[in-house]
Amino acid sequence: MTSKDKNWKEIAPAGVCSKSSKSFLTGDWKTYTPIRDVKKCVRCLTCVIFCPDGAINWVPDKKDIEFDMSYCKGCGICANECPTKAITMKLE
Amino acid sequence: MVKNLKQKMVALAGDQAVAFAAKQSDVDVVAAYPITPQTIIVEQFSEYVANGEVETEFICTESEHSAMAASIAASATGARAFTASASAGLALMHEMLFVASGCRVPVVMAIANRALSAPLNIHGDHSDSMAQRDSGWIQMYAENSQEAYDSIIQAFKIAENSNVLLPVMVGLDGFTLSHTLENVETFSDETVKEYVGIRKIANVLTHEGKLAPFRLDPKNPMTMGPIALQNYYFEFKRQQEEAMSNALMVIQNVNKEYGELSGRKYGNGLIDEYYLKDAEIAVICIGSTAGTMKTIVDQLRKEGIKAGLLRIRTFRPFPSEYIRTALSNVKAIAVMDKSMSFGGNGGPTFHEIRNALYDSNPRPFIVNYIYGLGGRDTSPTQLRTIYSDLQQILTKQTIDQSIKYLGLRE
Repeated sequence: MTSKDKNWKEIAPAGVCSKSSKSFLTGDWKTYTPIRDVKKCVRCLTCVIFCPDGAINWVPDKKDIEFDMSYCKGCGICANECPTKAITMKLE
Repeated sequence: MVKNLKQKMVALAGDQAVAFAAKQSDVDVVAAYPITPQTIIVEQFSEYVANGEVETEFICTESEHSAMAASIAASATGARAFTASASAGLALMHEMLFVASGCRVPVVMAIANRALSAPLNIHGDHSDSMAQRDSGWIQMYAENSQEAYDSIIQAFKIAENSNVLLPVMVGLDGFTLSHTLENVETFSDETVKEYVGIRKIANVLTHEGKLAPFRLDPKNPMTMGPIALQNYYFEFKRQQEEAMSNALMVIQNVNKEYGELSGRKYGNGLIDEYYLKDAEIAVICIGSTAGTMKTIVDQLRKEGIKAGLLRIRTFRPFPSEYIRTALSNVKAIAVMDKSMSFGGNGGPTFHEIRNALYDSNPRPFIVNYIYGLGGRDTSPTQLRTIYSDLQQILTKQTIDQSIKYLGLRE
């Protein structure tokens, strides 16, 4: 705490911020990184649906999925759900 | 607005009165899960939805935890949200109740007060809402179905006041009120709609110093209830306390303006006094018990006994100062609790009252009566013994037993 911190009369109620949580990068929390084997991947998009952070996106132009490492927390749900075992979790 | 507007008397059970009030209050979202004795509220409301009588979005959630989560989210977008619960359902909401008050969303919830398991019991006592007394919600309790109807309408005005912005729960005694038909004076839909009005969204200065409407809007993104650790969390809690203390005045104002509209006032909105001015002995209670108590006070007064009654209508914020003033001449007080605080040396209302009157000079005698747990009926004869006990305390000038169980087989 510093003397610059606002007191209780000055702070916004409920801590409202003008920014959305998108500007808070949670990708650096991870211990494990998902590694995808593109040959095994059948683009079924199961991982896209299951990712709790919306960190796996379908890119129509590429006709492929893309991992957004800025938000991937390395939980491994994608690897667990992948029906072809195309995703493995690697220790960073 | 015209004062003392024309009203229509209809026979409604407490739950129906609550549903009707919510319907008339132009609620945008109702997210709920049924539980006895609250079920009629959401059942009735879903009928309004099915009949096209309301434009409300009705969400049948898979649990009460989700019902509260959906209500919070709806309210955060600026919608008017209403839900209802009881007993185990309210207990399941526990976590989300703190999120609601911490996010400062003005959700209104009716609680048809019911006992908690185990042993399983569906009947009325105050164990459910009393267990949530520190969750940051405003708590009001109705004496009858009429008050349940009026309080729901008032609750939106209180919760949405920019000096308050806190969720409100309105308690009505399970079965005693929730399932009992009473004559209820009701306004027309238009009158209530106009009185409650469209929810006003206050502007707020965000953490970054930007002035923005205090609501979630995809076009103007905002984060509500973010992480606040050692350096900020404490300050947010102090703000909630300030909102609670602001509510003391807002509740009184709403009670007054609604009173002018309807011709009905509930004391000052916080406490309801009955023959207290010159009373030497007084009982303090919450909810429907006050109705029976008033007839007993009437009898005692006829006999020349200076007895009075104080009904606590608003339990949170607790109106300590108002209670202290109202009881300044009373010499012996009995506090009734329809719930227990196990190992806590008396029930929750007893704790509050003893705390509130500690600084009174002279300090009155104060005793506690635990009663009616699990819907146990308490007869007028039993209730009358409380006053004779108080008379005895005054004669002896001492308390034999400070906590008693009324109507328990001993």
